[in-house]
Amino acid sequence: MKKNPFTLHLDVDSFLPASDAEKEYMVQMRPSTTFFKDGVKRLLKNKVATVSFFIIVLITLTCVILPTFWPYKYDKQLGVSLGRPVDSSYNDLAPFEYGETELEKIANGEKVFPHIFGTDSLGRDYFIRIVYGTRISLAVGFFASLIVLVIGMTVGSIAGYCGGKVDIIIMRIVDIIYSLPDMLMVILLAAALKQSGLNTLIQGTVLEEIGSNILSLFIVFGLLYWVSMSRLIRGQILSLREQEYVLAARACGAKAGRIIKKHLMPNCIGVVIISTALQIPSAIFTESYLSFLGLGVNAPMPSLGSLASEALNGIYTYPHRLVIPALVISLIVLSLNLFGDGLRDAFDPKLNS
Amino acid sequence: MRTKTLAYILKRIALALLTVWVVITLTFFVMHAVPGGPFMSEKAVQPHVLEALNAKYGLDEPVPIQYVNYLKSIVTEFDFGPSLKSRGREVVDMISEGLGVSAKLGVCAAAIAFVGGIILGSVAALRRNKLIDRIIMVFTTAFVSMPSFVMGSFLLLVFAVALGWLPANGSTTAGLILPVITLSLSPLSNITRLTRSSMLDVLGQDYIRTAKAKGVSNVKIIFGHALKNSLIPVITYIGPMLAYIVTGSLVVEKIFAVPGIGRAFVSSITDRDYPLIMGTTIVLATLIVVMNLLSDIMYKVVDPRINFE
Repeated sequence: MKKNPFTLHLDVDSFLPASDAEKEYMVQMRPSTTFFKDGVKRLLKNKVATVSFFIIVLITLTCVILPTFWPYKYDKQLGVSLGRPVDSSYNDLAPFEYGETELEKIANGEKVFPHIFGTDSLGRDYFIRIVYGTRISLAVGFFASLIVLVIGMTVGSIAGYCGGKVDIIIMRIVDIIYSLPDMLMVILLAAALKQSGLNTLIQGTVLEEIGSNILSLFIVFGLLYWVSMSRLIRGQILSLREQEYVLAARACGAKAGRIIKKHLMPNCIGVVIISTALQIPSAIFTESYLSFLGLGVNAPMPSLGSLASEALNGIYTYPHRLVIPALVISLIVLSLNLFGDGLRDAFDPKLNS
Repeated sequence: MRTKTLAYILKRIALALLTVWVVITLTFFVMHAVPGGPFMSEKAVQPHVLEALNAKYGLDEPVPIQYVNYLKSIVTEFDFGPSLKSRGREVVDMISEGLGVSAKLGVCAAAIAFVGGIILGSVAALRRNKLIDRIIMVFTTAFVSMPSFVMGSFLLLVFAVALGWLPANGSTTAGLILPVITLSLSPLSNITRLTRSSMLDVLGQDYIRTAKAKGVSNVKIIFGHALKNSLIPVITYIGPMLAYIVTGSLVVEKIFAVPGIGRAFVSSITDRDYPLIMGTTIVLATLIVVMNLLSDIMYKVVDPRINFE
């Protein structure tokens, strides 16, 4: 354009108003992304994690909604009704099999809902027991992780924030609990709490609904598993406090409240969510393990572990009773693990580099 | 450097001793906090008989004195007292009896996990993103998420019930095959994944490139340079693996009816046999703590790059 590049004369054309084509150049093509949106996008790209997420949602919805309208109840022994002799034709049915009484009913034109997975030795519909057991296992996993999160976060942030003697004392306690063989201690505590007076203690309160065994599971989790969470959060706070951007913010005159809200929290929260998500499958794992040893949920209530444990006695005749809960538990733990891994890959940008 | 290493080792030993003491104390007081003595479950025992029994086993003394006595007898004579349920038997004998069987189980499982895991992991790393790598990764991912009782039940169903190839009862030597496989699959998967990732890491290092540039043969690179260095992270897994095998054996011994220490532990809990519960917990916990200690120390000693704090 310029004929004489070394002249000091200004080019008048440079001062013309921008044309539409030039303006378009400055338009933001897409909205600026936040850390959270970016993470979700990365997560959705991960097919394995997305599929796992849908499996988890599907299972959760199923076991929350289904029991409300299913014709059978998890603790109803179908052959037992008030004022009549026990009808044993309901017991030990194979999947989709009908008992004698039910066949009569069908012959009389009544409709009988099929037992999809058959019934157990006490004449309870096995399908609804599996659904209910899944619900218990999921709930225990979720709430146990929540308890671990709350305790771990409190202790960890106190240790990280206070520093000094408080930090040293807390971390020594954490070290000792961390080096305890956790499973053995869990079994011991669960066994002791099972036989303790917890049952009478909670009588008449809301906690009675939950049952003393699940409650003691929560206590065990609260006592033992918070240590790794608190270590993690303490480490996060300690290292984040020393970051350059915090220093820069402080140099710019940012107040403590702003630094915590804008810099420490967002950088910490990802790690916290990820480790909570990965805590859930391990809690479900532990619950099913304890239930399998007979230290889990209270008797009529099923959990996947206790269903598998009961099924072990009739393994030769009714193998499906063992296979189904075992499959469900593997599926849940697997998809939760894969989803947690996906979360970690998506929300921990430091790992991406 | 030497003094730092020594200081680190001494610190870890002190922590391990403290942990064992905490385990003993915790076990003792937890067991004594449980209401209902060991003789409660039997049919109505006469009060004076109960008193005599309590006096005989020293249960009538205050708990702190019982605690001191117990601690003393463990440390000085390695004596865990008599079993309360199996009359006339010492807890030490019952434990050592069960430990023999369980040790056979555990050592076999650990050996299979190590050898198999290292081989599979190396193969997966060397054939990265090939079909065999994919297959190995799918299976190991599945096995890691499978609780030991699920794995045990499936193996029992397939090989003992459906096919009838192997005995379901674990009291014979042939019957130990299934329990060993059950126990080894999850650690094997973990070791495979560990070896694979650390092998991939090592293969990208400069010294491997240098060796290649010098014309060193592939076999020599793998066995002389890559494998040795990629096994360092695997050492850290020894401790957790043992913990897994010990806790897994509780379930596996229940499924396959193996007369090991795990079954003794589980039945002692339902029987409320205090000395046996405490004895087994202490022995198993000490085992785990010691193995953790050894694998930690070994890790630091083997890799000189790690600095001591």
